[in-house]
Amino acid sequence: MVTTVDATPRLEPAPAAQGPAVRLLGEWTAGQFARHNLFRDLQRGLPRADPQQAWDLREATVDHVGAQLLWDHWGHHWPQQLQLQPSQRAILERVAQFTTRRSRRRRTSLWQLYLGFGALLLGAFDHLKGFIGLVGQLTIDLRELVRAPHRAPWRDFSGHLYRIGATALPITALVGGLIGVVLAYLTAQQLKQFGADAYIVDILGIALVRELGPMLGAILIAGRSGSAITAQIGVMRVTEELDAMRVMGISHTYRLVMPRAMALSIAMPLIAAWTTVAGLIGGMVAADLSLGISPLFFLKALPDAVRVSNLVLGMSKSVVFGILIALIGCHFGLRVQPNTQSLGQGTTASVVSAITVVILVDALFAILFSNVGI
Amino acid sequence: MAAASAPLPAGTQPVVEIRKLWSVFDTPGRRLVIHKDLDLTVQRGEVVSVVGGSGSGKTVLLRQILGLERPHRGEVHIMGRPADQLSGRGASSRIGMLFQHGALFSAFTVLENVAFPLRELKTLPRRLIVEAAMVKLQMVGLKPADADKMPSELSGGMIKRAALARALIMDPPLLLLDEPTAGLDPDSSDTFVNLLRSLHRDLALTVIMVTHDLDTLFELSTRIAVLADQHVIVNDKPREVIAFRHPFVEDFFLGERGQRAMELLREYPFAI
Repeated sequence: MVTTVDATPRLEPAPAAQGPAVRLLGEWTAGQFARHNLFRDLQRGLPRADPQQAWDLREATVDHVGAQLLWDHWGHHWPQQLQLQPSQRAILERVAQFTTRRSRRRRTSLWQLYLGFGALLLGAFDHLKGFIGLVGQLTIDLRELVRAPHRAPWRDFSGHLYRIGATALPITALVGGLIGVVLAYLTAQQLKQFGADAYIVDILGIALVRELGPMLGAILIAGRSGSAITAQIGVMRVTEELDAMRVMGISHTYRLVMPRAMALSIAMPLIAAWTTVAGLIGGMVAADLSLGISPLFFLKALPDAVRVSNLVLGMSKSVVFGILIALIGCHFGLRVQPNTQSLGQGTTASVVSAITVVILVDALFAILFSNVGI
Repeated sequence: MAAASAPLPAGTQPVVEIRKLWSVFDTPGRRLVIHKDLDLTVQRGEVVSVVGGSGSGKTVLLRQILGLERPHRGEVHIMGRPADQLSGRGASSRIGMLFQHGALFSAFTVLENVAFPLRELKTLPRRLIVEAAMVKLQMVGLKPADADKMPSELSGGMIKRAALARALIMDPPLLLLDEPTAGLDPDSSDTFVNLLRSLHRDLALTVIMVTHDLDTLFELSTRIAVLADQHVIVNDKPREVIAFRHPFVEDFFLGERGQRAMELLREYPFAI
C-alpha cells in the first residue's frame, strides 16, 4: 500500500524553550494500533509523564483511542505544556470527561455459590410446577376436544403427524437396522461357543420388540422433533406471535400443545414398530450371514420366542414417550424469553430433558412390568 | 499493491463513489432488478439521506456500500477502494454501520458489544479497551451503569445508542445509518437526532442514512438523494429536491406531510 504520507504513529524530540519536549507524528488511531507490537513499542517510547515535559500534538492525527492512550499515560491529568489543534482538544476533553473508574466486579463468594445453588433448586421446582400446569391445562383442553371435536385443529394435527412421523421414517429405519446388525453379530459370537445358535431369535426378538425399538425411536424423535417443537414455539415467543395468539383469545395449549401431543402419541408407537421391524430385518440378515440361520427359520421361530404382551408393552411405552417428548418440547418452548440467547438455551435444555426423561420412564416401565411377557 | 491504486490525497476524493451500479436478484423464474445504472457520489463531511418508496432498494444500496452485496454490474468505491476490499482486519476503522435493529450481539453485555471491534484487534491492553468503550458509551448518552446490561434488557432507544457506540468505536470517517429513528418515540428520536448532529460536527463524519422520518431528514441532511425508477433521480440540497418535479418527490414532500416539512425547513436553516 503506497500512501502519500507516513501514517505510522511515532514520536520525535522537539526543540523547546525549557525542559524536554516531544512532538507526536503520524496517525494515533485505532486503525494503526492494529499493527502487531506497534502499541507496545509506542507505550515504551513515550517519555515519562513529567510536569516539565512539553507535548506537541499538532502534526499528528489523534482519534479517541489514541487520546485515551495519551490520557492514561498522563495519569488522567492535563500536562502543563500541551499544544493542540481545536479538534484534538475537543476529543481529549471528551475522553477526559468520560473516563471513569469502573467499579470492580464482585467476586463470587461462598455465600453467592450457596444462593446460586438455591436458585437452581427453585428453578427446577419451577419447571416441575410449570410442567404439571401444562399437563393440567392439556387435560382441560381434551375435555373441550371431546365436547366439540369439529372445532379441533385437525389440520395442524395431520401436518405434525406428517412432519414428525412420516419424514422420520428413513433415519429411524437406518439406525434400527444397523443396531439390529450389531446386536446380532455380537450375540452370535457368544452363542456359537455354547452351540445355542437358535436362541439368537429369542435374544433379538425380546431385546428389539420390548426395549430397543421403542427406546431408539423415542431418542431419535426426541432429538429430531423435540428440539424442533421447542424452536418453533420459542421463535413464536421471540417474534411475539404467542402474544398475538393470546390477544385473539386462542389458548396456546389448545392450539399449539394439543395437536403436537396428539400427533406424537400416534406417530411414536408407529415409529417404534417401524424401528423394531428394521432392527429385526437387520438382525435376521446378520444371523443368516454369521450363524447360517435362514430367514425362514427366523420368522417361524419369532412368534414362539416373543409373546404378544412384549409388543403391547413396547407400543404402550411408546405412546407415553411420545406424549412426554411433545409436552417437554412445548414446555421449554413456551418458557423461552423473547431473546435469541434464551432460544438456544431452551432448545438444548429441551432435548437433554426429553432424552433423560425417556430413559427414566423406560427404567420405570422395566421395573413395574418385570414379570410381564418374559 | 501497485502505485496506480494508491488513494488520491484526502479532500479532493469523494468518500463514496458509485458508478453505473446494477443490483439484480435472481430467483428461480423471476429476475428482480433493484438498481439500474445508479450513480451516487458523496463528498467528505456531507450528510446524505437516501429516500425512496418501499422496495426501491435503499437498504440494498447501503449493503452495496458496505460490500455485503456484490454489484451485478458497475462499481462501488469507498475512499478510492472497491467496496468488497473494505472488509477484513480493522474494517470498523473505515466504516461504521448502525443496523436498523441494532444487531447487537445478544450473548455479550453492552460494554463487550461496544469493545468488540477493539478487542478483535488483539493488540491493545484490556484496560485501554474498556476505558475507550466506556468513553464511547457515555458519548452516545448511555450511563456507566448500563455497561453491564445485556441487550435484551435495553429499550429500543438504548439499543440504538449502544449500536451507535459500537459503530463509532474506532472513529470511522464514514457512518451508515439504516432507519436511525424508526421505532423510537418522538422524544428519543429528537435526542438521537441531536446526538447524531453533534457527532457529525465534532468527529467530521461523513454520514449516509436511509430514513422515512421527515423530521430527521430535514434536521440532519445536507443533501437528499431520491431513489426512484431504479436509480437516483435527484441528489441535491433539500430545497432543490423539494422543487424537483417527479411524482414520487411531490407525493413524498408536498402531500400533507409536505406542509410540515416546509415548516421544518423554515425552522432549521441548518438543512438549507
